[in-house]
Amino acid sequence: MTHLLEVRDLVTKFYTEQGVVNAVNGISYTLDEGESIAIVGESGSGKSVGVLSIMGLIPSPPGRVDSGEALFNGRNLIGLSHDELRHIRGREMAMVFQDPMTSLNPVLTVGYQLTEALKLHLGMDDNQAKKRAAEMLELVGIPNPVKRLDDYPHQFSGGQRQRVMIAMALSCNPSLLIADEPTTALDVTIQAQIVELVKQLQEKLGMAIIWITHDLALVAGMVDKVAVMYAGYIVEQAPVHDLYKRPLHPYTLGLLHSMPKLDAKEQTRLASIDGLPPDLRQNFNYCPFAPRCPYAIDKCKQENPALMAAGPNRVSACWRWEDLREETGFGVNA
Amino acid sequence: MSQENGKETFIQVRNLKKHFPIMRGVFRRQVGAVKAVDGVSFDIYKGETLGLVGESGCGKSTTGRSILQLLTPTEGEVLFDGRDLTKLGQSELRKSRRHMQMIFQDPYASLNPRMTVGNIIGEPLEIHNIGDAKSRKDRVKELLKIVGLNPYFINRYPHEFSGGQRQRIGVARALATNPDFIVADEPISALDVSIQAQVVNLLDDLKDDLGLTYLFIAHDLSMIRYISDRVAVMYLGKIVELSDKDTVFDHSLHPYTQALLSAIPIPDPEKEEKRQRLILEGGVPSPANPPSGCNFHPRCSYATDICSQTDPEFRNLGTDSRPHFVACHHAEQFK
Repeated sequence: MTHLLEVRDLVTKFYTEQGVVNAVNGISYTLDEGESIAIVGESGSGKSVGVLSIMGLIPSPPGRVDSGEALFNGRNLIGLSHDELRHIRGREMAMVFQDPMTSLNPVLTVGYQLTEALKLHLGMDDNQAKKRAAEMLELVGIPNPVKRLDDYPHQFSGGQRQRVMIAMALSCNPSLLIADEPTTALDVTIQAQIVELVKQLQEKLGMAIIWITHDLALVAGMVDKVAVMYAGYIVEQAPVHDLYKRPLHPYTLGLLHSMPKLDAKEQTRLASIDGLPPDLRQNFNYCPFAPRCPYAIDKCKQENPALMAAGPNRVSACWRWEDLREETGFGVNA
Repeated sequence: MSQENGKETFIQVRNLKKHFPIMRGVFRRQVGAVKAVDGVSFDIYKGETLGLVGESGCGKSTTGRSILQLLTPTEGEVLFDGRDLTKLGQSELRKSRRHMQMIFQDPYASLNPRMTVGNIIGEPLEIHNIGDAKSRKDRVKELLKIVGLNPYFINRYPHEFSGGQRQRIGVARALATNPDFIVADEPISALDVSIQAQVVNLLDDLKDDLGLTYLFIAHDLSMIRYISDRVAVMYLGKIVELSDKDTVFDHSLHPYTQALLSAIPIPDPEKEEKRQRLILEGGVPSPANPPSGCNFHPRCSYATDICSQTDPEFRNLGTDSRPHFVACHHAEQFK
């Protein structure tokens, strides 16, 4: 069976004056049609660089995809020319960025920006494109869509701007939507609106989704599987229910424990993860999480674990995942 | 200082208002006002953490700053240990600032990049003429130790530290003058998840060790529940609900609080799937032109005629020993 997207051993580095930054260190995952995956990690974990590499959006220099493949519908995206990528980006795969204030052009009307892609990719004329743009605005829940096409981005609120971005991304019916922290800049009540909208749109349009976030709680109710990244590695990947019930990597466990529970009466002291994320200018010949890991043993400081099969459809890059399974058998939320 | 429910009232905020004028035209005439804080009243008890929560633009930071007189309130009183801060002159205010400090949101913007950590933390001591150069240096080293940093860092500059470490420097600076009261304005929202817990635990420990009182401002409700004793929920310049945290989180009587709680994602796929979500329509209206009557009525699913006409009273629906203040005409029906 071929996957919609298959990323294999992707390596991206930034060649800076201060040294070579190993941003993404050989990540692999697959995504089928209509499936959704969340890539979770803290700032600097490589979660954004990983998808930007696939889309050919890494600023180069200093960045470079050194090795690996990203097969999209069987075609390797790594190494394609700018022109070839331009035909795929926006049409077959589209992206929604974190900050809706800066990702729209302030001096062009929303209608102009929405129709641009339609005319370019689908060869529509002005009228067709306008009609389609208004339909898209209506689809994402913007009232008076025809009238609003003539408005400028500053006339929309933050939540509405993100809706416009989503409309723009989905206008050419892409089979893959990449959402890079689309709700981080928004308030919780607006975040809930956007999450609900994306869920509905996925049901209606059936596109696959890569949702990048730092918030494990946010994606719990909306994706099929989760990949957790740390220091440029995927350290754990599992179906969504398994991951939250029984995390098999100490970092995932630490993240879940360091979040206070909203519905817990008795608050126990938060289990923080001590220390800091590592400097990415080194080659890890040890587990990158070992210096902060309460489970670390000597082996962890000598050898960097590769991903190991840790159950059906799940992998963990921890030497002690089996011990962890014994210990956390109760599950985080049980 | 008054006694209430066995707890000592430390700070009393009475009908606090902060309006920012909107000027137009050649003559800069005032044509309106942004009512950032529009009449809030509450007490802060000695030794407690009062959590102030709300969405961006609801006036929670302005409230914190107005209490410390970093912004001059338009109206209202702030009684700190019985003295009205709004009536104090500059020099008296300066003296009283020894006792009340602030921790800022952005650990990158709130530390002067040209000053060493030692100078940053020692500056409040210098301003208030506490000790001599030698004892100040000792105090700075002690403070660094208290917040979990190596005293050896005293001559380094802020850029040499990570976000979480910088926030610790900000905490050390706030603690320098031995204050009783600290306003923490979103102290963790700029930090990564794994670092947030470190800073929150630090603040919690310091409160116990040093007997501090906090006004903890945040938009993250689960963190507010974790750290606070009582919680005040703000919407568009007003406090809509105030009670002890378990009452607010488990028995909320205000539709806005309920919607806010229901918007928070829970890190558990099973609970998320079963959950009935209450999703608010639209966004927060402009505080320059707030809706008539109850501020929240255009987004509220329970709104009736009275809500658009009369501003609801901020009333106690709990008991005297366990007060539960709500500003909603229909609060009784949620009991």
